[in-house]
Amino acid sequence: MSHWIIAPVVLPAILAGLMVMLMRHDLGLQRIFSVAGVLALNAIAGALLWAATTAPPEAYFLGNWPAPFGIILVLDRLSAMMLMLLSALALPVVLYAIGSNWDARGAHFHPLMLFLLMGIAGAFLTGDAFNLFVFFEVLLIASYGLMIHGGGQDRTRAGIQYIAFNLVGSSLFLFALATIYGITGTLNMADLAVKLPSLPESETGLLRVAAVLLILVFAIKGALVPLQFWLPGTYANAPGVVAALFAVMTKVGAYAIIRFGTLVFPTSLAATGPMLADLLLPAALVTLAVGSIGVLGASTLPRLVAFAAIASMGTAFIAIAAFTPATMSAALYYILHSTLATALLFLIADMVTRRRAHASLRASDPPIAGSGLVAALFMAGAVAMAGMPPLSGFIGKLLVLQAWRDHATIIWPAILISSFLLILGFARAGSLLFWKAHALQEEGEDRPPEPLAFTAIGAVVAGLVALTLLAGPVTGWMDATAAALYDPLPYVDATQLYEDR
Amino acid sequence: MELLVAAAIGLLTSVGIYLTLRLRTFPVILGLTFLSYAVNLFIFIAGRLSISLPPIIAKGASYADPLPQALVLTAIVISFGMTAVMVIMSLGAFLEAGHDEVDMSDDEDRT
Repeated sequence: MSHWIIAPVVLPAILAGLMVMLMRHDLGLQRIFSVAGVLALNAIAGALLWAATTAPPEAYFLGNWPAPFGIILVLDRLSAMMLMLLSALALPVVLYAIGSNWDARGAHFHPLMLFLLMGIAGAFLTGDAFNLFVFFEVLLIASYGLMIHGGGQDRTRAGIQYIAFNLVGSSLFLFALATIYGITGTLNMADLAVKLPSLPESETGLLRVAAVLLILVFAIKGALVPLQFWLPGTYANAPGVVAALFAVMTKVGAYAIIRFGTLVFPTSLAATGPMLADLLLPAALVTLAVGSIGVLGASTLPRLVAFAAIASMGTAFIAIAAFTPATMSAALYYILHSTLATALLFLIADMVTRRRAHASLRASDPPIAGSGLVAALFMAGAVAMAGMPPLSGFIGKLLVLQAWRDHATIIWPAILISSFLLILGFARAGSLLFWKAHALQEEGEDRPPEPLAFTAIGAVVAGLVALTLLAGPVTGWMDATAAALYDPLPYVDATQLYEDR
Repeated sequence: MELLVAAAIGLLTSVGIYLTLRLRTFPVILGLTFLSYAVNLFIFIAGRLSISLPPIIAKGASYADPLPQALVLTAIVISFGMTAVMVIMSLGAFLEAGHDEVDMSDDEDRT
């Protein structure tokens, strides 16, 4: 595979640069190149997924400098899976942006989106903690541009809150990295995994501080209570299609916590021990509660979906917080599902909002154009998000429940009651949007049919159906991935850190 | 000297946090800048304090750790870029809204 590992980072970067320089005024050309680029990204991610499944982890040495002096990218099962998820989600998002004309409402939608893909792909691939920070900044600066795409006073002001929150997070990230470097003298993740167990006792206090700082940063990205405040305002004010793409950004936080919680700060490490799990589990439970109560209280459709996204992150973090191979497998399956379900609901919310002229859930309006189809899609999205059969949300939550069956007294009621609240919230919103509308005698205005946008939404639904039908093989693959996470030796070997010694 | 540098970082951080919590965008930007100054200094001394030592490895001679200096360069460039983005965004918001308050009222939040 060798050089293909860096392709998911380089390809969007080159394409985005070309777009800005050569086709700034030609939206048609931008659309063609954007779709072609995302298709190519899918092909590359598929090939990398295959390589990671059949071969042990593989490292890519940037500039051919040996680790830990140079920066390395590492392809293993987890990063390949997240990469596949990212590119699979990017395709319907691009198609929807084209089909709904969102990309024509402001400049540079496609280049910014490609830069965002580059940053997220880099964050999934990198094997160096400082490089992770750099890729975080790349994805953030692209997301700032995307968040205010289309302009408007509310969107810009919500964007400022989003930027300020994330800049504080970046400072925290740097404080954590500098502390870790001061203790260990390295920021290579595999090198840290090897060096930390032999850390002298006097340094463990500092290391614990650094670990908690790092987890705080990832918790900001993953919208874990009490650091979730940026999410509802940001996602609800961002263009719907951008919010759908952001669904994978919260998963970057989850990915980073999984990576650091299994490789760098595993439960077996004496200095940190079960500290991460002890911190994460209560926070995850509160996140789930805040998300599902927020769904009940949300006053607009995008806010409702944003709180549902918080609730789904809560469920994912509950599964992660156990830090055992069995629960990690459930967490990975649930992350796949919740990304697709969140993106689906944001796309549908955007579809509804654009056709109703306002997003409020307080007043009824005449039926929107094509309300039958939109209602059916909303139903599918709500079923998936709430975790009802037959879609993959049910299987995902079942896996999480099963993984936690030894501690059923707290976890099970939390997940089950929150699912009930989600069902209530979605049923209320759906009946107001799609049923009460018919009680009014007026006719809604007509809209162009937007076949491409509906195709894009259909593709996400198809993804959820596929995840449901193939649940057996997928969970089998996840079991192997979770087992690989708890056996970091091949990962360390791939970096060739200790070959000469 | 450790005490002096540590106190400077602590002071910068506390000023940064205080300003970041203000209600208007201009102090918030200043606060974020102070935070990034503090963290840059912190990264810089993560390779230990040393005076008049070259960051070049030479046989027999002692040297300063060169890596934090590279890291801090990256961090400075990134925080500079981020501050620029933030300034432009707040200018845009100020021109559109007519004021520069960070908080959004409940009504605006609902739209």
